[in-house]
Amino acid sequence: MQWDIVIGLEIHVQLATQTKIFSGSSTAFGAEPNTQASAVDLAMPGTLPVPNEQAFRYAVMFGLATNAEIGRRSVFERKNYFYPDLPKGYQTTQLDKPIVGPGYVDIDLADGSSKRVRIHHAHLEEDAGKSLHEDYHGMTGIDLNRAGTPLIEVVTEPDMNSAEEAVAFAKKLHSLVTSLGICDGDMSQGSMRFDVNISLKPKGSDTLGTRTETKNLNSFRFMEQAIAHEVERQMDILEDGGSITQETRLYNGDRDESRSMRSKEEANDYRYFPCPDLLPVEIDDAFIEDARARLPELPDARRARFKEQYGLNDYDAGILSADAKLATFFEETVAHGKDAKLAANWIQGEFSARLNAEEKSVAESPITGAQLGDLVVRIADNTLSSSGAKKVFEALWTGENDNVDAIIEAKGLKQVSDTGALEAMVDEVLAGMPDQVAQYQGEEDPKKRKKMLGGFMGPLMKASKGQGNPKLFNEILVRKLGG
Amino acid sequence: MSISRADIEKVAVLARIKVDSEQVSALEKDLGNILDLVDQLSAADTDSVEPMAHPLDAVQKLRPDVVSETSQREAFQAIAPATEDGLYLVPRVIE
Repeated sequence: MQWDIVIGLEIHVQLATQTKIFSGSSTAFGAEPNTQASAVDLAMPGTLPVPNEQAFRYAVMFGLATNAEIGRRSVFERKNYFYPDLPKGYQTTQLDKPIVGPGYVDIDLADGSSKRVRIHHAHLEEDAGKSLHEDYHGMTGIDLNRAGTPLIEVVTEPDMNSAEEAVAFAKKLHSLVTSLGICDGDMSQGSMRFDVNISLKPKGSDTLGTRTETKNLNSFRFMEQAIAHEVERQMDILEDGGSITQETRLYNGDRDESRSMRSKEEANDYRYFPCPDLLPVEIDDAFIEDARARLPELPDARRARFKEQYGLNDYDAGILSADAKLATFFEETVAHGKDAKLAANWIQGEFSARLNAEEKSVAESPITGAQLGDLVVRIADNTLSSSGAKKVFEALWTGENDNVDAIIEAKGLKQVSDTGALEAMVDEVLAGMPDQVAQYQGEEDPKKRKKMLGGFMGPLMKASKGQGNPKLFNEILVRKLGG
Repeated sequence: MSISRADIEKVAVLARIKVDSEQVSALEKDLGNILDLVDQLSAADTDSVEPMAHPLDAVQKLRPDVVSETSQREAFQAIAPATEDGLYLVPRVIE
């Protein structure tokens, strides 16, 4: 049987505020346990929440960037459940009157088409603390530093029909919130977490099947794997004549396994009611216009500009514009390096590969865009061969030296481009290889000729101590050998 | 309107309140009375009344995003039943 896959996402986005949503405690990452948990965060009796203006500003900016209606009057509700990392016994969240109403995001797919994914709404809420399940004499350790960190939860309509579309949406959202500067986007630290709702229906059917929710996926790769895994699991059950149980599942990416979270089933009755500690929040035109004025260039606009301003192709422009920090790095590189295409190649090649290998973000790069730009200049003006350029990059990366020209000088990497000197070397090398020269000149097939030409390059590079400009060597060779 | 024993037992579990079977009978009556009272309220015509989120006719004031709290972990943990390595310890939670 053929099946349609139906996917909706819920995404928790940690807002990059200085303080929590209802208290003046710092949200800085990595502090000693419970040193950023105040009386409000600990739910001490007699405390009252006071909402953080910046959390509302960021939520409104998100709404404006996703073409959404802004909730002029939003209301906080209590979502009641018991868990030790939630000291109040309820999460303060929004239900009926969220800050961000219906909106949409357009995603680009690999086949070149684009698709609109509707956002049902996005609401403000507080994060919970962290439970540490390592053994504390048979007990669980609780760190409440994260409790009260502002989140927006973005809820999409079930508009995605494949893992590719879901991941494309997730990446677009990541690009959007990091470009807006409202989230640091550090998924390994839980700054963005994805819940995936999946159901299957017979191909072409209008009736939605029973869905499951796979919770807390914190990487694009796990998300893709979890969707593939769950689709297969549901397909197996349905094709054996079984039925899907509506449930919450946990996916283990390291083992590619999922299991039901049975413990939450009973608690699924959250008994929401309006929070009596908080008055309705009214957002006026001035607040919205102020938020609009703070909107930076968004990824789609940046992509279009990169194509226009730097002559990049769609693919390069897409990759370099998606991440705000990478985009800034690219522009800094081009400002120094001039040659945009070369800069784009180096950033997507050597630079990205090195970041990935060392699991570093762009912000943690040991080299600056200006340095890479200087390197690009020396590649473009033929001072450096590609192997020489890699050596300079290495020296910059390891911090051996921070100046491109100084490295070229110190390592003797300056390419010889003096045609007179190069011609002399070619004459000498050809004189020493008469058999190969005769063989080359006797060959008719241009492909074979081209290959044979490579046989002269080794000795030439050796003769020039690796400093001869290979492009010029090639030109001289072709000319001397008679085309 | 009445409330069933099953409803009372379910709500008690959700609220983590231990209720024995004799108490359930008493609660059935008390909660039933309260719900009857609510039913009387439901009879009022509210078609032209906007739902109220809060009894006060006021709007929430917001706070600037500036850190105003310092760590008082020691004081808070002095009244906690069990702590270690700066963490609050609770009975083991198994997912």
